[in-house]
Amino acid sequence: MRTRSLIAAVAVVILTVTYFSSSKANENVVNLYSYRQPFLINPLLAAFTDETGIDVNVVYVKKGMLERLRAEGENSPADMVLTADIGRLNDMLEADILQPIVSPEINRNIPAQYRHPDGMWFGLTIRGRIIFASRERTDVGEVLSYADLAKPSLEGRVCTRSGKHIYNISLIASIIAHDGEDKAQVWLSGVRDNLARKPQGNDRAQAKAIFEGVCDYAIANTYYMGKMETNDDKPEQKLWAESVRIIFPDQSGNGTHVNVSGAAVTKSAGNRENAVKLIAFLSGENAQKIYAEQNFEYPVKADIPLHPVVAAWGPFTPDAIDLAEVAKFRATASRLIDITAYDLGPQSGS
Amino acid sequence: MTNITAPPSGVATDRVKSRLRLDGWTIGAFVTAGLIASPVIAVVIMALAPSDDIWTHLASTVLPHYVWTTLLLMFGVGAGTLVIGTGTAWLVTMCAFPGKRIFEWALVLPLAVPAYVIAYVYTDILEFAGPVQGLLRDVFGWHNRQDYWFPEIRSLGGAIVVMTLVLYPYVYLLARAAFLEQSVCVLDVSRTLGKTPWQSFRLVALPLARPAVVAGVSLVMMETLNDFGTVDYFAVATFTAGIYDVWLNMNSISGAAQLASVMLMFVIALIALERTARRGRKFHHTGTKYSTLPTLKLTPTQQMLATFSCVLPIVLGFVLPAWVLTRYALKFYGVTLQNNFAEYVMNSLGLAFSSAILAVILGLFLAYAIRLQGSFPLRLATRIASMGYAVPGAVLAIGVILPLTRFENSVDSLSREFFGIPLGLFISGTVGAMLIGYLVRFLALSYGAAEASLAKVTPSMDGAARTLGHGPVQTLFKVHLPIMRTSILTAAILVFVDVMKELPMTMLLRPFNFETLATYVHQFASDELLEECALGALSIVVAGILPVIILSRAIAQSRPGQKSKR
Repeated sequence: MRTRSLIAAVAVVILTVTYFSSSKANENVVNLYSYRQPFLINPLLAAFTDETGIDVNVVYVKKGMLERLRAEGENSPADMVLTADIGRLNDMLEADILQPIVSPEINRNIPAQYRHPDGMWFGLTIRGRIIFASRERTDVGEVLSYADLAKPSLEGRVCTRSGKHIYNISLIASIIAHDGEDKAQVWLSGVRDNLARKPQGNDRAQAKAIFEGVCDYAIANTYYMGKMETNDDKPEQKLWAESVRIIFPDQSGNGTHVNVSGAAVTKSAGNRENAVKLIAFLSGENAQKIYAEQNFEYPVKADIPLHPVVAAWGPFTPDAIDLAEVAKFRATASRLIDITAYDLGPQSGS
Repeated sequence: MTNITAPPSGVATDRVKSRLRLDGWTIGAFVTAGLIASPVIAVVIMALAPSDDIWTHLASTVLPHYVWTTLLLMFGVGAGTLVIGTGTAWLVTMCAFPGKRIFEWALVLPLAVPAYVIAYVYTDILEFAGPVQGLLRDVFGWHNRQDYWFPEIRSLGGAIVVMTLVLYPYVYLLARAAFLEQSVCVLDVSRTLGKTPWQSFRLVALPLARPAVVAGVSLVMMETLNDFGTVDYFAVATFTAGIYDVWLNMNSISGAAQLASVMLMFVIALIALERTARRGRKFHHTGTKYSTLPTLKLTPTQQMLATFSCVLPIVLGFVLPAWVLTRYALKFYGVTLQNNFAEYVMNSLGLAFSSAILAVILGLFLAYAIRLQGSFPLRLATRIASMGYAVPGAVLAIGVILPLTRFENSVDSLSREFFGIPLGLFISGTVGAMLIGYLVRFLALSYGAAEASLAKVTPSMDGAARTLGHGPVQTLFKVHLPIMRTSILTAAILVFVDVMKELPMTMLLRPFNFETLATYVHQFASDELLEECALGALSIVVAGILPVIILSRAIAQSRPGQKSKR
């Protein structure tokens, strides 16, 4: 009797495995490892399949994608990766798991500064790292640059998410790239002393904090603003958005720090041609419009209309520095955050 | 039966026989333990690679803070779960008070709530803009933050509270199983010697349940140690947060593996310490009298207190979060239902069931093999195999991938060379890889439960069965399993629910186009979109409830000796 239940148990396991392993066979595919959430990219991938008949197999991976790709080696099923920032693409480039792609169509779509010179990776959308300022409690002109966030007059008035978040790491890395490590550290300590609270929450939570009066200034990515301004499901977020105005920092200096979401083709790609088609599609007109309209991102392709909400923020000058150069300072940026004890918040520092 | 004194061959407690002997059990156990231990070993090997000056950097900056915070968190949650888990387990097992029948299973419910989800929910309720502070401001006429003081939920204290609320069921389940498996004789003896019920609990029942309670608390501590979602959301810098930082921001997987190995050594040291402390004591039950436990009559005041003590953790750990999630789910179900939601549910359930079955079989197999042939190398291999629970999930997933892909790539090149057939990666990126990952991670649960439960079966029982002509397998099925049923079911619940909630390994090991409830919830949760992930999170909870209820009812009825009455 015991044996029977044991057999039944084993049968359940075998059934489960076979049920899951029954694959949907289709030769015309492209296999994608993605850092970007499915709900963001699925509409785009569906449009691609409609247009080309190529099925996209996708797995959303975050921690460990690089190690997985490297371990799988030549046998990796992945043809292509999608990331939400340049740093990850650069890591993969250095790990030697990408291959160069030369495609006149893609190169027409994407301006040279947003792709690797040899076609190792391609930027697909641009987002700016901007400053939110309380409409009620700040004067126009008080803060015009990232440097201003370290001014002593801002003590107790600044909020950010964790310094260790990739968007902040990237911003700090760009400051190191421009001004050097020492100046960047002084700046970071200054911002730390101005923090109103221990860094926490995501970028949206910083707008909320300004709305609630916790702080007057915050750092955030552009698309969060678009998402809050148009959030009919959660109208309270519209109030958060209304309580802040946008500052594009460093307009008279280096320009506003931007990052790109991007794509690259893996060395192991068995469906290389399809991967190239997907990148061409994602950088093409239809997909770029979807990015702009649904995600409030800035398209890389010229002449794509911005979402009206985004257009209303006005034009800005992005920092023209080579993003791959910035990516090299990520580890240093992370160390500066430890050294300044930034994430422990105000009055905790050295 | 208990007076058969000479244990026959094949029982590990017979010291003479404990030297290494190669029979089917030993070899099988060695292979199994070795395979399951390989990811943990892979992590240690990764740690051998140089990592620049990461240690000097960390030691001179944030490391002391990480260590201190982690210790406070671990011991805070450990103490909280010890008190709540053991206390409620004692109450529902030994005392009579209103609602007891419901509490028996309801106390397990918070187990189904992922810690990071309850963290979101409580932040929503208790933050400045939340209903609680809003009400206080309305009532007292306060306007802004400066007018009053309110505890900050996003803090170390907040993390201790929310993690205690969802983790205490580990202790509760194991402690309750232990109390249920206790022979009534020892309690009778205690009472006839004039001890009060409280004294009997403190002096007899609790010490006898010590292996189980310790197992529960150490599971809780390990879970606390490698949690990332909750501490990240609460901005509490723990050792695990540091591991991910070194790995992903400083781009040093070897540095991360070194930190993880140090953490592992710390856990091993803790466990060794506890084992030394109870060395030489035996926890066998020699009595065979398993009549229905006498329930203590409580005074009305005591009854009220008992009811309250059981209601509170259930309400805070389950009812309140479930209610908040339901409210959001009702408003935002559209977002979720446009997807293949039913498929995600099936995926989660299938994986959880399969893993629970596999983990229980393997855990039992290893524990019993050691009972038969507890040679040192086998004990060591098994000990390492059950360390996966103490390694942060994503790091352990890399530990799974490395040996697995190495094996597959070698088999593939051999196959190409000799047969001209490319095999590719035949396990990686399949459900098989996920099951391996879950086993590596959660074997500690089933093995720990099986080991603790076997420890309570006196070797005389083995002796009797073997003398009467049963082999080891028959003895296991006819003698041990019936006695161990409670613990085995408990282990199954734990693995099932843990797999339902597991995230980092699931994310990294899964095949293409494969979504579980946990990964589905994560894509929204990672962007702090609590409302959008509410239905998914609620489904994890609901899907976890049914098996939890069924199994805990089975536990209540599984007391040896109870059966004949039905």
